[in-house]
Amino acid sequence: MAISATAIYVLWLRELKRIMRAKSRIVGALAMPLFFLAFLGLGFKRMAVPGMPGGVEYIKFLVPGIIGMALLFSSTLAGLSVLWDKEFGFLKEIMVTPVSRVSIVLGRIAGGTTTAMGQGTLILIISIIGGFRPRGMVSLVLAYVFMILISTAFLGLGLIFASRMKDVQGFGIIMNFVIFPIFFLSGSLYPLSNLPVYLRVLTYVDPLTYGLDGLRGALIGVSVFPIGFDLFVMSVVSLVMVLLGAYFFEKSESV
Amino acid sequence: MDAINVEKLTKKFDGFTAVDELSFNVGTGELFGLLGPNGAGKTTTINMLSTLLKKTSGQALVAGHDIAKARDSVRKSIGIVFQETALDGRLTGRENLEFHAMMYGMGKAERRARIDEVLRLVDLEEKASTLAEKYSGGMKRRLEIARGLVHRPKVLFLDEPTLGLDAQTRRHIWDYIRKLNREGAVTIILTTHYMEEADTLCGRVAIMDHGKFVALDTPARLKDLLGGDVVSLEVEGNTAALEEALRGLDWIKKIKVYEDVFSLTMERGERRIPELIQTAQGLGVMVNCVRHRKPSLEDVFLHFTGRSIREENAGQRGRS
Repeated sequence: MAISATAIYVLWLRELKRIMRAKSRIVGALAMPLFFLAFLGLGFKRMAVPGMPGGVEYIKFLVPGIIGMALLFSSTLAGLSVLWDKEFGFLKEIMVTPVSRVSIVLGRIAGGTTTAMGQGTLILIISIIGGFRPRGMVSLVLAYVFMILISTAFLGLGLIFASRMKDVQGFGIIMNFVIFPIFFLSGSLYPLSNLPVYLRVLTYVDPLTYGLDGLRGALIGVSVFPIGFDLFVMSVVSLVMVLLGAYFFEKSESV
Repeated sequence: MDAINVEKLTKKFDGFTAVDELSFNVGTGELFGLLGPNGAGKTTTINMLSTLLKKTSGQALVAGHDIAKARDSVRKSIGIVFQETALDGRLTGRENLEFHAMMYGMGKAERRARIDEVLRLVDLEEKASTLAEKYSGGMKRRLEIARGLVHRPKVLFLDEPTLGLDAQTRRHIWDYIRKLNREGAVTIILTTHYMEEADTLCGRVAIMDHGKFVALDTPARLKDLLGGDVVSLEVEGNTAALEEALRGLDWIKKIKVYEDVFSLTMERGERRIPELIQTAQGLGVMVNCVRHRKPSLEDVFLHFTGRSIREENAGQRGRS
């Protein structure tokens, strides 16, 4: 299976053109994380949230969590967008071309990661305007490494679901029973040490936990696990997710 | 070399046999039609030949490449226009073609020239910069035909190319299809459940029903199988004498009499009408009205399946 750079490029380009032409989609995708950031940040401002690592302010704790949330939703949806292509018939047009399935998956990951990173960056910029300060250039680069890993991991997850589903009917179920639990159990909104022990076990199998922990470590300098450990776990998870996504995509039939 | 060789090709879905041991060949440059009601297995056949669907058993070569073992070579050699629209509405017409050309690895200069060429072929040059979602049904179909041709395929599959289009647009699409087949020497496989479409366009037609071919030949010869044209005479006078005289004519294959109407089956009926009238007048029988009808593929379908293709389509919806 040869990997075609042109095919990856054109699939990426298509994704970008589509999102740039759907301004409402960008606004919609940004609105929820920004509302969370604004209202939770303001609402809990004067409250002492117990269990904060290193005693940081809640709002500082929240910013990386909200970036992670935006990445989670945006990249999972980008993975699931295969289903929309199936719905509108365009998937057949893609599948009938002599491009290796691996290239198709890589093109989609490139496109989805780019749009997710764009959203994450916008939230970061808005946070910085609002007074949030990352620790420095090196930590910013490290933060972007974690952001890319989070995006690719959940793109892979989206692809796995999209390849196993026939149509967009199951969309809501995946949102409610997969994406939201991943979001709430990742420690994006509160320190996980506040959860009862039996739930905390679940947080350890949630890959976003490690992605967010690493992102926090990079951006604000506090993390539960050593940052190298987070990096290792996220790298393995995104690699496995992408490979599984590619495997299931390859096996799925497009008609 | 044949464009397509199919040997006992079969597709089963959970015990239901959609395509049942199909065997046929299509020569290079042919315009070959698959005619049948919805659910006959036409689209399933096309999907297997275009590598979108895996076969259950049998064998098929498209442009000399095995559909199971050399999928990428098959994909490079074919173009396809799907039954349902498969355009990205958020891209312009030209961008849809660009996307396609790049997926087939065409270089920039070649791509530009070829895209202009196919846009001209389907008269969409002026609409090339419009988003595809703004196109009318006929324009979408033309764009898809153009797209199917961008990478210069050897074989072009058209799955119900005029489904849902109005009569005038349909005729336009027919013109484009004829033009393609004439100029480009591209082999075209077309599925349809419109009899006129198969009749006017296709060099050879396979009539498909329940996953099998019930007949395969040129439209003319298929219709000849029915024994020729139907000429009906509405007469006044001694019908018994006329019937006897007509039974004496060996070129009349079938005679049916309904009171004062004679329904006669014969070859080249239009040339026999004067003789029929003379015979009647010779007996003092007056001919009030003459009708001449060439049999249609509809009659052929009826002949082979005992059902009309129209009632099939009305009574059955689902996988095709």
